[in-house]
Formats: sequence, C-alpha cells, structure tokens
Amino acid sequence: MEEEAEKEKMVKVYIMGREFEVPATLNIVKAFEYAGYRFVRGIGCRGGYCGACATVYRFKDDYRLNFALACQKAVEDGMYLTILPFVPAEKAQYELDKLKPRGTVLLELYPEIARCVACNTCTKACPQELEVMDYVQAAIRGDIKELSNLSFDCIQCGLCAMRCPAEIVPYNVGQLARRLYGKYVAPQAKHTHARVEEIHACVFDEELDNYSILVKEDVEKLKKIYVEREIKVG
Amino acid sequence: MERGYPDYMLESIELVKQTRERRLKEIPELMTLEEREAILRQYHPDYKEGGKRTVKVGVNAGEPMPHEAADLIEAYPLIEPEQIDLSTIDYDSDILIIGAGGAGLTAALWAVNSGADVDQILMVTKLRMGDSNSKMSQGGIQAADCEDDNPVLHYLDVIGGGHFTNDPELVKWLVREAPMIIKWHEELGIMYDKDEEGCMFVAPGGGTCRKRMHSCKDYTGMEIVRVLMDEALNLDIPTLEFTSAVELLMDDAGKVAGAVLWDMEKEDYFIARAKATLMATGGFGRLHIQEFATTNHYGATADGLVMANRVGARIIDMDSVQYHPTGSSYPEQIVGLLCTEKLRGRGAQPVNKYGEEFVYPLEPRDVESAALIRECAKGNGLVTPTGMPGVWLDTPLIDILHGEGTIEKEFSAMSLKYKRFDIDMTQDPIFVYPTLHFQNGGIVINERTGVVGVPGLFASGETTGGVHGKNRLMGNSILDYCVYGRRMGIYATEYVKNATVGKLNLDHVTKYTKLLEDAGGIPRTRKAPILLPEYRGERTISHALALLG
Repeated sequence: MEEEAEKEKMVKVYIMGREFEVPATLNIVKAFEYAGYRFVRGIGCRGGYCGACATVYRFKDDYRLNFALACQKAVEDGMYLTILPFVPAEKAQYELDKLKPRGTVLLELYPEIARCVACNTCTKACPQELEVMDYVQAAIRGDIKELSNLSFDCIQCGLCAMRCPAEIVPYNVGQLARRLYGKYVAPQAKHTHARVEEIHACVFDEELDNYSILVKEDVEKLKKIYVEREIKVG
Repeated sequence: MERGYPDYMLESIELVKQTRERRLKEIPELMTLEEREAILRQYHPDYKEGGKRTVKVGVNAGEPMPHEAADLIEAYPLIEPEQIDLSTIDYDSDILIIGAGGAGLTAALWAVNSGADVDQILMVTKLRMGDSNSKMSQGGIQAADCEDDNPVLHYLDVIGGGHFTNDPELVKWLVREAPMIIKWHEELGIMYDKDEEGCMFVAPGGGTCRKRMHSCKDYTGMEIVRVLMDEALNLDIPTLEFTSAVELLMDDAGKVAGAVLWDMEKEDYFIARAKATLMATGGFGRLHIQEFATTNHYGATADGLVMANRVGARIIDMDSVQYHPTGSSYPEQIVGLLCTEKLRGRGAQPVNKYGEEFVYPLEPRDVESAALIRECAKGNGLVTPTGMPGVWLDTPLIDILHGEGTIEKEFSAMSLKYKRFDIDMTQDPIFVYPTLHFQNGGIVINERTGVVGVPGLFASGETTGGVHGKNRLMGNSILDYCVYGRRMGIYATEYVKNATVGKLNLDHVTKYTKLLEDAGGIPRTRKAPILLPEYRGERTISHALALLG
C-alpha cells in the first residue's frame, strides 16, 4: 500500500508561471515534459554532466532564489521554475602553446577578475557545490594549481557568471587555468612518451599484424592465446 | 544526513553490511568462455525472442537490427526532394562535419593540424557544441602506455571482449595510436590523474588483463570534451549550433557532397555543399531499445545511420546492443544514469538482496549485465517503489580497500549525484540495474575512416561499427572517437586536396522512397531521422512505470 501511495503522489509546480500537477517522482526536466513541453534549448545530457539545464527557482512566499541542474533535481511542491536557454559569456581566445604558466596570464586575459568583491554569490549559485569564490580569489593570486583543483568539477552551466555582480565569468577563467596546469605545471607522463617512441619505431607492429592474420585464418588459436594471457590487475 | 532509501531497502542493506568483511576476501571466479556464452544466450537482451528483425529494404536488407533501429531504416525521409531548392548554396566548404561531440571536435582540430583552411571547415550540431555521449563518459580511456602493458595485450583484450567479431585492422590502429592520443591530450592541457612523478593513475576495467584505464576523476569525458571545445573556440572553427543535418547530398559523379541542414529553432532548411562530409553523429541510446532506460545524451537518436543508409553505406553488428551493467535504478529521478565501471575497478561488488555476491565484478560488460539480469530473474533482486528492479553495488568497499576519502576524491561526480538524493555511497551501497549504453555496431568504415563504398563520406565514433565487434570494453569508446576522429580529420583533409564537387542532387532520396513504397506495409507517418526523442506526457518511455502506475 505504501508503494501505491508513492506512485500516485503529485505536486504542484509553476513552469514559467503556469500551474501544473506533476508526479513527485520526476526531476525538473521530466516535469516539464510531463506537462507537455518539448526541449530544444535548456537540455543536454540529462545526466548532470553538461550544464545545459541550469535552473533558477523560488518557492511561494520565500524571498530566496535557488539554483540547480534541472535533470538532477526532484520537483517539490510550490516550485516556480525556469530553465536558462543560454548564458552570454566572454571567453578569451588564446594560443596555449604561446602562453607561459605564470599566474599573471589569468589577469591579462581576464582582467575583470580583479573586480571580485568576495560576495560569495557565485558559490551559492553553483549546482556542483564548488567553492567558486575561492577559486576566483586563487585566480587573482595567480595560483594556477589551486584554481585548477577547486574548479575541476565545473560543468560550465554558467550560473556563477549570471549571478556575479562584478560581471566575472568564473568558469572560463577556470578552463584556462586547468589547461595551463595540465600542459605546463603537472608533471609529464614519461612512460607515455616512451611508449609513443616505441610505437613510432614499429616495435609492436609485427605481433599485431600476426594476430590480425589469426583472426582471419585461425581464430581458435587466437582464442587460446586470449584465454591464456596473464591477468595482472591486482 | 537522512538515508534516502525506504525501510525495506534499508533492511536489505543490513544484510549487505553483514557479509562485507567476508566478501573482501572471497571474490567469485571469472567465467570460462563457455559459461559466458551460456549466460549471454539465456539472459542478455540481445538474445531475447522477438527483440529484432531483419531490414527489408535498401543496401542493408537482410541485416538483423532491434526493431527500434530497423524502424528508422525503414522510414520515409523528412524532406520531399522536389521541394528542396538546390540551386542556392547557403554554405560552401571543403569539409562538413556533422556532429560536434568527441569525434566531430577531434576531427575538426586534426583537420586544422593537417593543414586544412579553418574557414573551409563547417561543423554543425543539432544542440550545442560538445553536446554528446562523449561528454558523459566517466570512468576512463584505455591506452597501453605502462611498463607491464603493451598494445598487443590491449589488442587481445579488445578482440576477446568483442567475441572475435571485430574488424582486426580497426582494432590494430585503435590500440596502436592510443598512447599517442594520451600524449596529445597532455599537450592540450587535459588533466589526467597522475602522481607527483607524472606516472598515470591506471585502473582495470571489465575484460582487461592490465590496469590501463586513464581517468580524470570520474569526469573523464567531460574534461576531454571541454578542452576540445575550448580549443575549437580558440581556433574559431565555423560552427552552426541547433542545426541538424537531415539528408546527405550527392553529386552527379555519385559522391557525397554535403547535406541538407535543418535549423532546429527556426524550422528552416539550408544547403551545405562540401567536398568531404564527415559523419560524427553518435549512437542510438535514446531509441530505448526493448524499453530500457539509457545513460545516453538527449540527442543520441542515430541520425547518421539513417542518412548514411540512404546513400548506400553498409551497417553491421546492429544486432548487438551494449547494456551497461550498472545504471542507477533508484531513486526514480536518476533511473538509467551511469554508475561508472571504475567503481567496480576500484573494488565495488554487485550483491543481491541477501547480501550475497553472484558474479566476478569485472566480466566484459555483456556478461556482467546478463549476470545482473539473471539474479533479478531468480528473484534475488529488489524492486523499487516505482517498480524498477535491481541489485546492490556495494560501494563502501572502495573506501575500505583504498582508505577513507577515496570515493570523495576519485568519484566526486558520482557521490554528488547520490548526495543530492540523500544517499551517502561511502556508507550505503547504491541500487543498480543494466541500462542501455552503447551502439556496438554501425557504419562500415576502413582504417582511414572512409565509409566503404561511398566516396566523399567519412565516419567515426559511435555511429560506426567494426571497432568493437559485438561488445565494447570500458574505456574504448573515448579511445575510439579520439583515434578515429583524429584519423578522420587527417584523411579528409588529404582527400579534399584533389576532390571536386559536381552538380548536386537528392535522387537517392527519391529512389529510397520508391523502395519503401514497393516494400509495402511501411506507414507513411514513420519518418526519420527523428533528431530528438519524444517524451511528452504519457509517451515518456523510460518512465512508463512511474507515469502510468
């Protein structure tokens, strides 16, 4: 009986001002669809990875604004909902090969970060629960490593940029920093480079070609080799 | 924190906790090839009676496919050829790339690297740049770049995992170029997980004989794609967003010569002429084969297969569909979403409602999925309040094995996903069931990504077949779009140097329409490509149970 009750529970939501009753088990994206909307904008992976469905909502008689990804948030009774179709944002253009991993690069390409008033509004708006203000501060200090790590889980939904009173686009600053970090600051994978050299020297080609021949001519032999290969994953 | 499970599920979790210590030591054995074959035949959805049929029209007549895919192949075009004005060329370029996910972006960047004029490239995507399954992949990318590993072992894993049905030539280039891709990514600034010496963190995956999975926490695809996008924006690669290809164009010499584009917002068409047309449209998860929930992006509707089929491209291995063993099955709001295989790579175990293990955690995906389905069929799973079946994936084992904080550090995406619904996966297991994940088969290409038998057309990524045979291993889909996206960019650039385009036509569309009419029994209302799935109201397929009770 309890299961029955859960199935039938409905909540009242207001989609862009219009009232709809929808099942309580839906997320916001599915609630829109249940109500009859078909998405072209404000939709993407539906799995919390692409930032397309940045959402702003309020509850009746509550002054506070709330933020979420529509695909990752359950509907609640009394939600006033909208999904952002687009976020206008400045992105610097650069040739990564010509940049130096100096902290000042961030200020040169995104000078507006100096306008940060440390109000923390960006952090409150982040549906990924990132410390956005802290990483903007790291950007001002030129701490590429700290900024890269703090911003790593960013899905670039743009809510921070839309809320920033200093008109900073935190997520693009984070993107630049992470690329600088990955290319110049993080230690290089020497074993990968060594393997690439071996491949260029055609070290494995003969064996690969022999196996390809077996696929066509003696697949049973190849199956035996496959089954007998040593498994070392511990 | 509240525990976001109903009481009867919490009771089962207590049983899971009681066996945890024992299960740390006693892991089920790998199946033999014969046992794998037997469980697949009995429990894998591919073998389910009535799930597929053979296509009856066109160049792929006789190919077995799931009904949902066959319906798209046996469907009428969206356009009426005689209504389309081919005399006005809206976009004229050397290279037209259809799709801006992993394969499309990689091809665009390598076309530029290979000397293509940036302004002679046009990339179109029906949603935003980067929108793709590529962006959603979590666990990692395989590359045999560690000392105790090599491309030959990688080759064996790929071809054994694919049950020896793969195109060996495509497998060879896949494994051979994998380390180069990792190196290129490093140069682009992609932040792979490494130690202080620069040594890559590697994990095992289902069916691998070495630890070979490179990752960027559990955001691997997102990290790669956002960097590819950043680079495409830096290079100013001409891109049309919210613009889908709906039909390929041919010229009078029988070559593919661009596409009819459809503006998704303005509902207007455009003619894009090109010397080379690159298909990077991704897979078919949003067709919900056999009504399965899916991990896939909203746009995964197999448009590329539909268009390529009408110009005569061969399509293979569509009868095998990849179900990822562990999709979320609870809570309802996230049903079908991916729980990365890396969880099992780091020690999480599938466990039934009594707290008993029932399968080696890292069998190839099809085998692992079949084992989960069997366990539920035996009545050893649970059913959620909205009717979804499943078993437990015992995630707290990861922190026990590798130290407290490991889940938070390595699986921040996954733990946030569950935290949003009051589930702490470091303390409680998560509830999972197989979910529709990947199109194993697709368009037949050669090792230079040329579509076999169709000059002027190239393809790479999930829309193609052959690389993975009838089953793909974890970490080889990112690798696939990187290796073959790159090759597509390189070889298309080479091709256009000496290519010309003749007079445009849509005769193939007219001919295909005639074939459909002659075949009979195909409803006029069935049209393809579908571009986006339809979820409005009661047609919500993946949640039919929740909506219809």
